[in-house]
Amino acid sequence: MLSRVAETLYWTARYIERAENVARLVNVNNLTLMDLPRGISPGWEPLIDIIGSREEYEQAFSDFSEQNVIEFLTVGENNPSSITNSIQMARDNCRTVRDIVPKEVWEAINQLNLSLADRKSTFISKRGRFSALKSVINQTVKIVGLLEASMYRDFGYLFWRFGACLERADMTTRIIDVRSAKISSQAENSKPYENIQWISVLRSLSAHQMYRQHMGVRVKPNQVKEFMLHNVSFPRSVLFCLNEMHKLIEMLPHNTEMDTRIRHSIDELLAQDIRSLEGEASHLYIDELQIDLADIHTQLVEQYFLPQE
Amino acid sequence: MSFSKDAAFFDELVTAEGLARDYAKPLYDFLSSMSPAERRQAQESAELAVKEMGITFTVYGDGSSIDRSWPIDIVPRLIPSTEWRQIEKGLAQRVQALNMFINDLYHDQKIVKDKIFPAELIKKSVNFRPQCVGISPPNDIWAHICGSDLVRDNDGTMYVLEDNLRVPSGVSYMLENRSVIKRVFPELFEQMSIQPNADYTSQLFDMLCAMSPRPDDKPEVVVLTPGIYNSAYFEHCYLAQEMGCELVEGRDLFVGDDDVVYMRTVHGKRRVDVIYRRIDDLFLDPEAFHPDSMLGVAGLVRAWKAGNVALVNAPGAGVADDKVVYTYVPEMIKYYLGEDTLLPNVETYRCYEPSHMSYVEANLDKLVAKPANESGGYGLLIGPKSTAEERAKCLAQIKADPRNWIAQPTLSLSTVPTLVDDTLEGRHVDLRPFILSSGQSTYVTTGGLTRVALVKGSLVVNSSQGGGSKDTWIVE
Repeated sequence: MLSRVAETLYWTARYIERAENVARLVNVNNLTLMDLPRGISPGWEPLIDIIGSREEYEQAFSDFSEQNVIEFLTVGENNPSSITNSIQMARDNCRTVRDIVPKEVWEAINQLNLSLADRKSTFISKRGRFSALKSVINQTVKIVGLLEASMYRDFGYLFWRFGACLERADMTTRIIDVRSAKISSQAENSKPYENIQWISVLRSLSAHQMYRQHMGVRVKPNQVKEFMLHNVSFPRSVLFCLNEMHKLIEMLPHNTEMDTRIRHSIDELLAQDIRSLEGEASHLYIDELQIDLADIHTQLVEQYFLPQE
Repeated sequence: MSFSKDAAFFDELVTAEGLARDYAKPLYDFLSSMSPAERRQAQESAELAVKEMGITFTVYGDGSSIDRSWPIDIVPRLIPSTEWRQIEKGLAQRVQALNMFINDLYHDQKIVKDKIFPAELIKKSVNFRPQCVGISPPNDIWAHICGSDLVRDNDGTMYVLEDNLRVPSGVSYMLENRSVIKRVFPELFEQMSIQPNADYTSQLFDMLCAMSPRPDDKPEVVVLTPGIYNSAYFEHCYLAQEMGCELVEGRDLFVGDDDVVYMRTVHGKRRVDVIYRRIDDLFLDPEAFHPDSMLGVAGLVRAWKAGNVALVNAPGAGVADDKVVYTYVPEMIKYYLGEDTLLPNVETYRCYEPSHMSYVEANLDKLVAKPANESGGYGLLIGPKSTAEERAKCLAQIKADPRNWIAQPTLSLSTVPTLVDDTLEGRHVDLRPFILSSGQSTYVTTGGLTRVALVKGSLVVNSSQGGGSKDTWIVE
């Protein structure tokens, strides 16, 4: 398989996963804010930090109003991670490998991209927002489902899956990082609402139901972190994603270094006592984890996508 | 059949008396038996098939490009097999002479020394590549793939209008048109004996493999495309898929210090033996040609000169893709093969010859003037349809650069009945067969791509300018 084709599939998967994550993030924040009184509400600003686009945002807007943040996250033209830009990128990438990807998958991506084009205002309106975001989530899930059901299990598939897992792990760490910093730094009078906010964290990772089933009904901050980082069976936990990437890499050629790299990240993660992580230590640890993920990406690029001359 | 024939033109299906030609009788009867609604339905199902099969071509707009469905007309264009066998011979003869000519130009230039072909023309040739002088590609073949445009005049004679030796396109549409029409008129394929054309991609693959510098191993053949924004991207994809080889872009390839071409794969580098390139010469290799080309591969020509990779068509083959050079093809055939030309050229005036020029100047309103190195119908002047002002402007252009202009009498292209709403009307057509040369054998497609000008009276068949296409049947 050509390196360019492998790289294109990898990025297509990442963009689709990203669009889904952003849609879920906006949706959950939207619902959570309705439950929080003024003054306690963290508002919309943290979302900009989660996707790591503060700089681009501040160039375009001077405040963090609901309207502006939502516009930026969903349809923002100067936000490379906005839903519309992600899907556009996924579509443009996929178009160049049309011969490799199952036809239905290409059509579904193309369809989603077309449907977003005439939807811009719905994301911003309070009423239309919920169903518009839901529809993005449904359609991205459909794309992944079609792929799972019909794509030939060759290298192309492996790179696609790898991209999706890496993007997912990355988003999980970002959400945990920004949210735990924000929630723990809140004033004393907001304690009663902490719980709601941690539930919201779980929701934005589609993890609330599974958390309750496996960790109990009470939502405790450190257990949430543990669940999202260490759980071995929940598909959005960082450990799960790393294990998945490890399995995928075993099927690729020239994988010794990649294998060692991912194995190392898994060992480090398992060695970390998550429950004891508080405040700054928590932030520093997640920072490390993110550097790890970025490293895995770089190594993948160097091993499989870059010129070997 | 409700088909009113224009007596001024030769029609491919119907005689001057308005009767079906012998070989077209079953088709004629079949079309006559259809009601207007049935004809419309057949056309719609053809268009649906095109959509479902994703047969597209790209139109350039302002800064963007759009994929459009390929336009096809359901009424096929028929050529009797006896006539086709003669055309095949004529094409093979022509391409053989052209390859010998190109090879000669890059070596001893005997044809120039023997005063058959003027040296002046090479000096001022846009497509002569000094970088290629002295190179001997395998079997001395430069133009492995040639697409020649044929037209039929009203006396029924088939003429060669031009030879496309750079990166001729259209063959995928020839093949797809057949698969669409098979769906639409399955009955006719039972009743008539229509020669299949599907062998092309295997023939192409065999020819490409035969060019490999490592003939003993299984050669790695790739199709090199400029990318998705190219108007023929569909065809590049199609051919790569049909041949089961990689579709690569310039950035997928590199030339190593060993002057060998490699492609970047997830397994690491992999040697490439044959490149069917669909990128123009000048963009092929920034080291040899345009230094700022983003599409090409640095060092490609170096690897080719070292004999480590085959480039198809060879760089420099375009020197014969020149409408002035075209006028010398009959002389080439005589000179290299000692034969008479089987397929005639259209009568052509060379503007750099003073006697021809004075004729052109006096008769431009009756002629078609063409620049020698443009394709796709760009820059030409159709005398009878031009204004005095346009002619004066054109004449000034010719006088400024007579080497690069020719003029031809306006032809009355033949017609084929074509569905217009639900009735049949004659529309002008041309034909582009494709010729493959490996040096060991020559293959001519069974028929070719018939393009049709959908606008009444128009001679413009280019799909970007409102042209359509037809399936071409070689019949007993």
